[in-house]
Amino acid sequence: MLGEGIIQGLFETARNFFGSYVEKDRLTTVQYPEERHTLPEASRNFPFLLFDGPDPDAGLRCVSCQICEKECPPRCIHIEKSKDKKPDFVGKMQAYPAVFDIDVSVCMSCQICVEVCPFDAIRMDKVFELSTSDRFGGLLWDKHELSKSNEYYQQIHPVEAAETDERRAKELVDAQAKAAAAAAAAAAKAAAAAQPADASSNGAAPAPANPAKTVTS
Amino acid sequence: MMAASLAASFLSAEGVDQIFVTLKLWCVAHTPGPLQIVVGILLTIVPIIVIFPALFAVTTVLERKGLGRIQNRYGPNRVGPFGVLQPMADAVKSLTKEDLVPRAADQIVHYLAPLVLVGAAFLAFAVLPIGRNMVAVNLDAGVLFFFAIGAGTELAVFMAGWSSRNKYSLLGAMRAIAQMISYEIPLILSSVAVIMIAGTLSTTRIVELQAQTTGTLAHWNVFTPWGLAGFVLFMIAATAETNRSPFDLPEGESEIIAGYFIEYSGFKFALFFLAEYLEMFAVSGLGITLFLGGWSSPFSFLAWIPSWMWFFGKLLTLIVAFIWVRGTVPRLRMDQLMNFAWKFMLPMSLIVIFSAGIWRFLPLAVAGSTALGAMVRWLVCASIIIGPYVVLARTLERGRSIEKRTYRFAE
Repeated sequence: MLGEGIIQGLFETARNFFGSYVEKDRLTTVQYPEERHTLPEASRNFPFLLFDGPDPDAGLRCVSCQICEKECPPRCIHIEKSKDKKPDFVGKMQAYPAVFDIDVSVCMSCQICVEVCPFDAIRMDKVFELSTSDRFGGLLWDKHELSKSNEYYQQIHPVEAAETDERRAKELVDAQAKAAAAAAAAAAKAAAAAQPADASSNGAAPAPANPAKTVTS
Repeated sequence: MMAASLAASFLSAEGVDQIFVTLKLWCVAHTPGPLQIVVGILLTIVPIIVIFPALFAVTTVLERKGLGRIQNRYGPNRVGPFGVLQPMADAVKSLTKEDLVPRAADQIVHYLAPLVLVGAAFLAFAVLPIGRNMVAVNLDAGVLFFFAIGAGTELAVFMAGWSSRNKYSLLGAMRAIAQMISYEIPLILSSVAVIMIAGTLSTTRIVELQAQTTGTLAHWNVFTPWGLAGFVLFMIAATAETNRSPFDLPEGESEIIAGYFIEYSGFKFALFFLAEYLEMFAVSGLGITLFLGGWSSPFSFLAWIPSWMWFFGKLLTLIVAFIWVRGTVPRLRMDQLMNFAWKFMLPMSLIVIFSAGIWRFLPLAVAGSTALGAMVRWLVCASIIIGPYVVLARTLERGRSIEKRTYRFAE
């Protein structure tokens, strides 16, 4: 009550005042548009779709299985399955999404879509400067806005991306080995079947090679 | 010809000191006869209406930058170089904002409240001598006029709170009134000591008396023990009177939101802010006039600096002190505020008056020596203030232990 505490406080604030001009470490503010913090590896907010190679349409990993659409708690994902099919990274024929929309104004960034995806096709992004003047259309992202390359993913989440790439490379090798084994078995079977058939006719000789070729291409 | 002789008169220190007075007289002399009185009045009023709001604009940006630095932040630095144009941006923003008036509000009173507040704040400058021969109205009862006009702001505050028809604004206005009336008493009582010694209520006369010098030192009231204590009490009461932190109780985000001006938006809200700062300048100006020698210099060898520079220099120093205190002291609780006013400020200001009375009647010279006399006078009057201060502070502190608060129902 004698007031010495206030005097002490005044000295402390004066020290802060002058100190902030001398020691740059005191000022913790990041001058945002000019300076930026690098976001931490674990930072994530909205989902995006991954594609391999240069072409987003051809390389899109999504096979439109619609698991994410069903699991999404706020139901912000809308998928329409294609009528035709295209080969996936191991060469298997899969459907692809004709329409894939995410309403980011509804998305709650829970990452459940990422966790349920069996095809490593959807991942979380870390972009945050998403303001738009169109609150409906501007926040409803279609397939093309959502598609981002694997290189981008490796850049924003290097640890996760390395893990995914490694697993997928192994899957590819396994699939190729399996296909090769299947092809070998089929060839052997065909050869065995062709042996007696060979005696009867020569016409079907190149046919057994075909299944193996389609799988490995 | 006239202009040349006018310019020549500004070359001396005396001329620079009286530059504005000379310019005004020159302008008045060059207007046609019937208009002279009107021009004379306008040239007195317009500078006050221009300079103090300009000072308000400067103060807002200085305050925000200063508080920022105190809290280790940058403060505004986006608009213009180092954010100096921030007040322009604020002005544009408050002018273009929608002016909302509640449907249930008393339209006329709601409209008038900010105008009355700003009007009262401006009127207070009428009696402040901001330089030698630079006072708008030289009233014999200048100090009385100042406090009477100051009471007008309380009316405006209650008009705003009552007319909004909002429970928060009404509660905020009641709080503000309670605070302002409680602190007006120590504010006036601490100036009574000066009036007693000076024997006049005229602000110009009070400054003239303080401008006299003994040796090199001026007769500022703040150089006396009662003046120093009175000045501290005056500034504390002024802080409360102008609702500035740590006494910014009329506003309270968590309990009454914006207080009495909760229902004001746009430019009316800006007017409330303007009035708050104008009151701060006015009451600081009165503090300067009563205790810090007004426009006079503290030492006779500094008298060549123009008088109006002294006044505005002192004003800026007090504004910086206000900002510094705002950045330092946490705000009080309502009961602490009232206890402080009635249990500490009021007795201390009465003691200051008593000490000033003793000062007046103590002999100037003891055993034929004026130096010894001054020392005795100083010691006696200082001990009259310091003794009760220590006793009062210890008494108020007694029986109060700081411990962790326990809650019966929460947690």
